[in-house]
Amino acid sequence: MSETRSVELSVGTTGIDEHGRPVTIPLGVRTGSAEVEHEPELGSEHMLINIGPQHPATHGVLRLVVELDGEVVVRVVPHIGYLHSGFEKLGEYRHYNQLIPLTDRMDYLAPMSNNVGLALAAEKLMGIDITERCKVLRVIACEMSRIISHLVWLGTTAIDMGAFTPFLWLFQEREHVYNLQEAWTGARLTTTLTRVGGLMADIPDGFEDELRAWCRKFPKTLDEVDKLLTRNALWCGRTQGIGILTAEEAINFSLSGPMLRASGVPYDVRKDLPYLDYETYDFEVPIGENGDVYDRYLVRFEEIRQSIRILEQALDRLPDGPINVDDPRVILPDKRDAMNDMEAMIFHFKQVMEGIEAPVGEAYFPIEGPKGELGYYFVSDGTAKPVRWRVRPAAFINLASLPKMAEGHLLSDLIAINASVDIVMGEVDR
Amino acid sequence: MTPEELKGLLLVSSIKIGVVFAVIMIGVIMIIWVERRGSALLQDRLGPNRVGPLGLLQNVADGLKNFTKEEVMPLQADPVIFVMAPMMSFVAAMLLFAVVPFAAPLPPFDVTLPLIGHVVHEGPVAMVIANLPVGFLFILAVSSIAVYGIVLAGWSSNSKYAFLGALRASAQMISYEIPLAMSLVVVLLLAGNVPLGDIIAFQQQTTWFVFAATLSWLLFHVATFAETNRMPFDLAEAEAELVAGFHTEYSSMKFAMFFIAEYTGLITMSALIATLFFGGWDIPFTTWDEQEATNWSFGTLFRVGMTNLFFIGKTFFFAWVYIWVRWTVPRFRFDQVMHLGWKILLPISLGYIVVMASAVLVLERLGMVHDWKYGMALFAVNVPLVALCVFGLDRDRLLLGARLRSQAET
Repeated sequence: MSETRSVELSVGTTGIDEHGRPVTIPLGVRTGSAEVEHEPELGSEHMLINIGPQHPATHGVLRLVVELDGEVVVRVVPHIGYLHSGFEKLGEYRHYNQLIPLTDRMDYLAPMSNNVGLALAAEKLMGIDITERCKVLRVIACEMSRIISHLVWLGTTAIDMGAFTPFLWLFQEREHVYNLQEAWTGARLTTTLTRVGGLMADIPDGFEDELRAWCRKFPKTLDEVDKLLTRNALWCGRTQGIGILTAEEAINFSLSGPMLRASGVPYDVRKDLPYLDYETYDFEVPIGENGDVYDRYLVRFEEIRQSIRILEQALDRLPDGPINVDDPRVILPDKRDAMNDMEAMIFHFKQVMEGIEAPVGEAYFPIEGPKGELGYYFVSDGTAKPVRWRVRPAAFINLASLPKMAEGHLLSDLIAINASVDIVMGEVDR
Repeated sequence: MTPEELKGLLLVSSIKIGVVFAVIMIGVIMIIWVERRGSALLQDRLGPNRVGPLGLLQNVADGLKNFTKEEVMPLQADPVIFVMAPMMSFVAAMLLFAVVPFAAPLPPFDVTLPLIGHVVHEGPVAMVIANLPVGFLFILAVSSIAVYGIVLAGWSSNSKYAFLGALRASAQMISYEIPLAMSLVVVLLLAGNVPLGDIIAFQQQTTWFVFAATLSWLLFHVATFAETNRMPFDLAEAEAELVAGFHTEYSSMKFAMFFIAEYTGLITMSALIATLFFGGWDIPFTTWDEQEATNWSFGTLFRVGMTNLFFIGKTFFFAWVYIWVRWTVPRFRFDQVMHLGWKILLPISLGYIVVMASAVLVLERLGMVHDWKYGMALFAVNVPLVALCVFGLDRDRLLLGARLRSQAET
């Protein structure tokens, strides 16, 4: 007599064996001496293997069901949704400003850039022009986000290939940015930096000097990592020619960001659909030639350097002035005014209770997030809550190209290719 | 053999076995500490620093933790082999050190001890557990057994990750056994015999084999990286790909035995490199350490102590090289490893045997005696060969850059 708990198995098989019974695998500890009746029959000679949702190399809770012929990947099926939080639906019950904390939790490696994207989309919907200082500060926020996101990408990709050391070097640099982020917003991860029409807070005293000092110091670490990897024969051997996507394929897959640019398509939202006065900044957009993992590495690496350039320019031009628009319907009044001034109190009450009313219409605003084109789309019926909120998550769309890239490569290459996509499951699943 | 001599042999052997085992176990703990603190040094962090001074006792604490952990065995694992596999790894790793001499010989003795009685040892006491006549052939044989532990561990776990890891390990270790053995053929050609004691004596007479057989050393060093499953050849574990490879399903002390076996292998391979190519316990630029030990004087004991220190120093240095490399480079891909083993290292080692055999023959014909000039003459042969290999080999070809592979396909 055995006490075997069972769980149904559905890893790409029909889940039914030849006798018509559901295929099960035993779970837990067996008591008694009964044998396991049937091992799951998983196709012919190919082996079906589950990579994830808990696996060192899936960067979150991505689950890849991989069909292997020896070590060669025959088929990859990405299973997503393990981190699904229903953000888009939640957004239909939130004021526009209340959406911003949700965006923190999407691409949690670059929260400030998400915040900026959402604020810009809402402002486009409402026709709000933000102040000059706010624009520059938002550029700083975006580029800081891009750098830390790429740093995590670089570090984790290096770990996936077995190089552990760059990860810790880069995370130490990332820590500096996080400290700055914390000083600015009070939070390291869930920044909720922006508000519709402005920012939640101005930068604190000393922020500029700290950031400037970091911008000077940080390229040294980058150079060290560069020396360790870029011309390393092992690194080149592991990344060159792996996961090639041609420019045509990349466009057909609707890729964006470094994935697209590594394939040789010079599309960067900052250059092509400039926002926040990006057209006035002097920076280059790196383009790859071969569209392989190595080119994606080079492109992201160069983007970090270009982001530093943008940061320095932004710090140079940072104007004085208000960070918020002067519109009491959009921006919460000062706390003291709200407590003492009747009119301010009414505005405060209306904003907190009713939110900011947007005109009827729709708006889509793309920004160049660290992972690619990050777009927010709103449909408004004239109330303070969107009827439909849709996010165009770069990582989700980029991930769709994974099977195309990985099939035919080795298992090790699958890990490298998966790393090169730069996914964040919070953004993929939303 | 008189009973006194037999007693003497048993006494000496059991002391040596006990001491070497204890030193290796402590050495493993130390080398893990060095690895953790060393990697921390390379990575700009602190490393374990809470248990004991400088975190020295961290691994003792970890070991204790492993003893107290629950043994988990997968439901469908093969229970016998699953338990046996870590033992095989552990025993094979421990056996390897038996033939490595770790100091200059002690003088003979003839004493009466309490309890044991009259014991005699004729001739110097070689500081090696077993001075086997088969020498390093024993090492090649036993290190091949180590792969069984890994393969059986992966197979008996009944886990796909472990299975893939075991497959990789077996293919990798078989393909690296051959360059490993081939690189030692040159050592055999030079020294004319296989016991490690003779090899050390020959190096003392001429030069260290790192000069006389430089390329052999390079090949051997690379092959030992693969043999010990260390980065950049740690495909069998490949954390990012196979979770933990062959020991994914192992827990508590069974896992710890693999762990200890890995680091014992690291120490043994370092000791082997030191012995085969860097003179073992030989102290460079002196000859006083090579005198025959005849009497129990302070000088003799000091000499034995110093040679032992030099041996430990050399071993430690190469262990550090392993650690250093591990935390610097990325991992090979499976096909690249096979390519490197079969298509690069093996032909090079075969060609090198031919060249060195010719060189040795020519030197014999010229009537050169075995002194330092002999070694330097061989070094002169080696320099262009090493230069050719290091700079002549195209890196893309060496690693089978996939770009070239895809070009070949189109």
